[in-house]
Amino acid sequence: MSPNLLELAGVGKCFVMHLQGGVELPVVAGVAFSVAPGECAVLAGPSGAGKSSILKMIFGSYRCDHGSILVRDGADVVDVAAADPRRILRLRRHVIGYVSQFLRVVPRVAAIDVVAEPLIVGGIAPAVALARAGDLLARLNVAPRLWMLPPATFSGGEQQRVNVARGLLPDLPLLLLDEPTASLDGENRAVVIDQIAEKKRRGVAILAIAHDGDVRSRIADRLIDVTRFAAAA
Amino acid sequence: MDDDAPLLIAEGLSKSYGRRLGCRVVSFSIHEGEVLAVVGESGSGKTTLLQLLSGRLAPSAGRVRYRMRDDVTRDLASLGEAERRFLFRTDWGYVHQDPALGLRMAVSAGANVGERLMAVGWRHYGSIRRGALTWLERVEIDAGRIDDTPHTYSGGMRQRLQIARNLVTEPRLVFMDEPTGGLDVSVQARLLDLLRNLVTRFRLAAVVVTHDLAVARLLSHRIMVMKSGEVVEAGLTDQVLDDPREAYTQLLVSSILPP
Amino acid sequence: MTRAAYNFAYLDEQTKRMVRRAILKAIAIPGYQVPFASREMPMPYGWGTGGVQVTASILGPDDVLKVIDQGSDDTTNAVSIRKFFAKTAGVRTTTHTADASVIQTRHRIPEQPLTEAQILVYQVPVPEPLRFLEPREAETRKLHALADYGLMHVKLYEDIARHGHIATSYAYPVKVDGRYVTDPSPTPKFDNPKMDDCPALQLFGAGREKRIYAIPPHTNVVSLDFEDHPFERYRHDAECVLCAAADTYLDEVITDDRGGRMFVCSDSDHCAARRAAGHHGASLSDAPTAIGGEGGRGR
Repeated sequence: MSPNLLELAGVGKCFVMHLQGGVELPVVAGVAFSVAPGECAVLAGPSGAGKSSILKMIFGSYRCDHGSILVRDGADVVDVAAADPRRILRLRRHVIGYVSQFLRVVPRVAAIDVVAEPLIVGGIAPAVALARAGDLLARLNVAPRLWMLPPATFSGGEQQRVNVARGLLPDLPLLLLDEPTASLDGENRAVVIDQIAEKKRRGVAILAIAHDGDVRSRIADRLIDVTRFAAAA
Repeated sequence: MDDDAPLLIAEGLSKSYGRRLGCRVVSFSIHEGEVLAVVGESGSGKTTLLQLLSGRLAPSAGRVRYRMRDDVTRDLASLGEAERRFLFRTDWGYVHQDPALGLRMAVSAGANVGERLMAVGWRHYGSIRRGALTWLERVEIDAGRIDDTPHTYSGGMRQRLQIARNLVTEPRLVFMDEPTGGLDVSVQARLLDLLRNLVTRFRLAAVVVTHDLAVARLLSHRIMVMKSGEVVEAGLTDQVLDDPREAYTQLLVSSILPP
Repeated sequence: MTRAAYNFAYLDEQTKRMVRRAILKAIAIPGYQVPFASREMPMPYGWGTGGVQVTASILGPDDVLKVIDQGSDDTTNAVSIRKFFAKTAGVRTTTHTADASVIQTRHRIPEQPLTEAQILVYQVPVPEPLRFLEPREAETRKLHALADYGLMHVKLYEDIARHGHIATSYAYPVKVDGRYVTDPSPTPKFDNPKMDDCPALQLFGAGREKRIYAIPPHTNVVSLDFEDHPFERYRHDAECVLCAAADTYLDEVITDDRGGRMFVCSDSDHCAARRAAGHHGASLSDAPTAIGGEGGRGR
């Protein structure tokens, strides 16, 4: 697989809406690209081109109909498109981090626990995980008085910062970022961009979606034009 | 840690009641620390499946195998009654939808939680009581209620007590039948949180039968969707719920009313 | 009632054989409740029909029978049953424990240690020790079969949680021969230690519930308890006012309506024997004649 951490080949997806008489909604076809450690590739294209879907297919939240999605896990190479659920879960614990576009809010769980959870699940001691979560939240300007509160009542920007912290905190070799700076003000955007740069320096492979031209220019090492993979309607 | 052998293996499980089908050819396996949600509407066969898996019903075809604490995988059907009961008292839990079915209502909370300990030979009152107190605390029941009977408990408290009673012997596998059914929404949320934490903390494997997709999403890693006794779709929970492939699954997912 | 109208000891020989078969099974499996076809007896359920059937099945013409109720030979129940057997079996009866070969009892074990030549027959109302916690017969049978006795300790746990100590004071459950948990019948827990390693054969009959069980001679009988709440014999804070015994089970007798009371040996024969041997209690002179009486009533 060469030094690449992530390699897609011939990936295609089509939604079949059974409830609407089986109408087919093609998403993407023939997706092929790779991402190497330490580089940040940004998926570029208009809304609806399938950028988020590609990220989700890599993470395993979406299935893909064709092709292969190869991810390097230590000495192994796993095809997410064909892997069984347990293998994908293991990838998520040890290899692939994901910052979704919106924070999925679990009622009643304190913000700091939301952020620390992936570390704890990955085996880090709770006390250590919580301390690191606090540090990152502080860097993202989330006030300590908010840490023990569930994020449901936070503003959009605060929720997004919790979401980003959760995704960035673990030390995973591949990061998928879906609009990480959306709804953030200038200062916090800068913090996130710094974090991404820091990750790159540590050799993390990053695949991101960013509509904001400024953010894109600051984080992207290269752009991947998703319109190339438009599925035939 | 992840290459361990499966804990529970269902192979070609089928159950029919005369010409009526309970469930058909269900096969899957569960590993330690995994939560599998079985979702479906009434009559889907999910409860029948739970009964088959826990050995409460004998299958018409197929078998269930379980890896015992001594690492030997046994066919459930080959276990004697005494062995099955022992399994239920130590390595398994079963959480009923109606907590009154899983509790001794006339006996104090402490005795309810301590019963399994006494059943496996604990004979020190002080230790039994301490064990009961520890678990009451873990399920967020006030320690002062230890001597009250479940009659005096609310529905949510009774359910938490039932969970404590099941977990006191640190089982590796817990069966749950609609654990949040019938509870007020706020109580449900609290209970789900508790279950999530306990599952993570004690590396519980669980089979959770529910009709509520939100419960499945919150608690489970994998999901099986059942309809009319058959498994319609199965896979990673977020994958099946975010990208449903089968018509029935799409129907289920789209039928949830947003709050 | 003429003797010719009834078989020896009232029951017909086939019935006695059936009961003896049940008794043999019971002896073979100490503490296990053996079902038997309980017959209609000329006294209602709750009056000792089980004990009477057991006694009737084991009596021979040379036996000497003693019957006690709450330790006393002269209560209604004891008198009736003794007369019953005197008439239907013609056996000798006695109030002296040492002279009896068969002793039928309700709610007490005699103070006098028993011998290998004696049989003690208990009257039992509810033979199932788990009944109050588990009302289903099918379930309790399973629990016994699987030696699944956690529930029994649940009851004792509840006692300690509620009262600070095991409050069960009679019908205190025991484990027989290390296997079956058994109800010793409503005898006070004071008497439990007498059951352990007893030289006499102990038979238990429950007529209404149709069960017989047995503890063979010299069988290990242990009262259930917790390590940190061990079984303790109950000790009275008093002596018998008639014979000054300090180690027997005492009845409390109310003497007036101003709270006056005194304690007297429950086992009337034992008390009389002690007095005949010269032991005297503090207030023998104050005791009403009905209690003090003359030594040795009945024959």
